[in-house]
Amino acid sequence: MSLVLGIDTANDVRVGLARDGQVLVSLAVEDRRSHAELLLPLVRQAATEAGISLAELSDVVVGAGPGPFTGLRVGVAAAMTLAEVLGLDVKGVCSLDPIALAWADRGDAPAEFVVVSDARRKEVYWARYTADGARVEGPLVTAPDQVPGLPLAGPGATLTGRAGSGPDVLDAAAMAAAIDRLAEVGTEPLYLRRPDAEVPTTRKSTLLQPRIGMMGPR
Amino acid sequence: MGVGSVTAPLILGIESSCDETGIGIVRGRELLANEVASSVAEHVRFGGVVPEVASRAHLEALVPTLRRACEVADIDLNELDGIAVTAGPGLMGALVVGLTAAKALAVALNKPLYGVNHLIGHVAVDLLDHGPLPQPCAALLVSGGHTSLLHVRDITGDITEIGATIDDAAGEAYDKVARVLGLSYPGGPVIDQLAQSGNPKAIAFPRGLTAGKDQAKHRFNYSFSGLKTSVSRWVETERLAGREVPAADVAASFQEAVADVLTAKAVDACQYLGVDTLLLGGGVAANSRLRELLAERTAAAGITLRRPRPGLCTDNGAMIAVLGAEVVSAGRRPSALEIGADSGMPISTVLA
Ligand SMILES: [Zn+2]
Repeated sequence: MSLVLGIDTANDVRVGLARDGQVLVSLAVEDRRSHAELLLPLVRQAATEAGISLAELSDVVVGAGPGPFTGLRVGVAAAMTLAEVLGLDVKGVCSLDPIALAWADRGDAPAEFVVVSDARRKEVYWARYTADGARVEGPLVTAPDQVPGLPLAGPGATLTGRAGSGPDVLDAAAMAAAIDRLAEVGTEPLYLRRPDAEVPTTRKSTLLQPRIGMMGPR
Repeated sequence: MGVGSVTAPLILGIESSCDETGIGIVRGRELLANEVASSVAEHVRFGGVVPEVASRAHLEALVPTLRRACEVADIDLNELDGIAVTAGPGLMGALVVGLTAAKALAVALNKPLYGVNHLIGHVAVDLLDHGPLPQPCAALLVSGGHTSLLHVRDITGDITEIGATIDDAAGEAYDKVARVLGLSYPGGPVIDQLAQSGNPKAIAFPRGLTAGKDQAKHRFNYSFSGLKTSVSRWVETERLAGREVPAADVAASFQEAVADVLTAKAVDACQYLGVDTLLLGGGVAANSRLRELLAERTAAAGITLRRPRPGLCTDNGAMIAVLGAEVVSAGRRPSALEIGADSGMPISTVLA
């Protein structure tokens, strides 16, 4: 018996529940700026709609990205905390994988395809898959014109200038239902980018600036 | 509600506004656990807190810190009366990690959520050491991120900021001066140490916003940007002249300038407000010269000085938990589960 909570905040806010591989409820708010506000109310709503108590959960599966960092961490922090308090197993998956698996399960996936999401700063996150939904390259972050010329899926497909033909968003309940078929990537977010920070090297001279209001040595 | 009272609320507090991940657990004003994981070492090579580095570290430290706090407090989480969390002010990316964890706890355990103001937590934490706070009182908060003078009439709902820094926080000036002197980050402890062997009167560095013309607009405000620049110019001039920089004298003279202006305005504020108690909080409250000079000047003015033990002055979860406990004891309503983090949360907002 399994009762799985699925959470993904790599793009917008998505929550789903599945029991023994069957979808119970899938909720999403298409807001990419308010993850911290929206996620837990959505978890509570999903439990209410499915008529379950969170205490009954057996597992939580969370999209570990890639995605914009602040929103991404909201999903992972929630999943890890719920797992800790409720004694659940937590599984982190690449947020592009459930979209690929959904295309494979739909039965019309091409031999090879790419799932794309928005990385902002004029870049995209993407990974390449085979028809069965197995990831064979990525995830990577590149300029949109670096994405392979294969059929596309995912919320960032159109950023390449081409239309997507596969599923465009992640369904969190389908992700929860497919937990055993998704590859584990751990719960450390797939950042792909290093933090923007510079190690100070040369000391800026303060003497080159006008000496207004300076009290010199006495 | 006092220590040991059976009705004192059992509160877990989460702090993640800057570079410390803190989880504290209190029963009323009794401290049960205070576990802190700091990412300060990861910021050293950058010479200051890098928000993204801090945010990543919070996520990593979250569950281990929570686990340790629960072990130390030895309580059943189901017995909690509420979850308190820093809702602001602070670094947005850092705040949302703690806020999300708090919401997850609140939902999983079906407990009320209290999103509280970090700065007021720095005041509240003293209740753990010294019991009820005489109200009204004044509070001076000094740290890497804040320099504020507060008028505290009710810690759970009526606080005004009567003065603050108009540019850098005092702690930032310490970091900058440490860098100029080739010392390590963070600057507070190393400068304090070096200043012990220096002459505080060696160099007359400026005291920001203390001139007569500043009294009207900036009587209780601080400015450390001019002091910081003055120190770097002085040091650079000496170096260009080929003289050896007397680092201990620079550190002592700089520290004296900071302590002088912080304490003078704090005492002036107490007299202006007609309060007889001053509370010193924040990470820089551990500074030896600031403590010494403030003790001297408050004693001379007949003002009682309160200061939490140094371990509670820096950012931690216990300060958030005890503020949460005060808020619960005062019968204030919980926060909505939909609250967001507020990086610029005003001091007038105790509870989101
Ligand atoms: Zn602080």
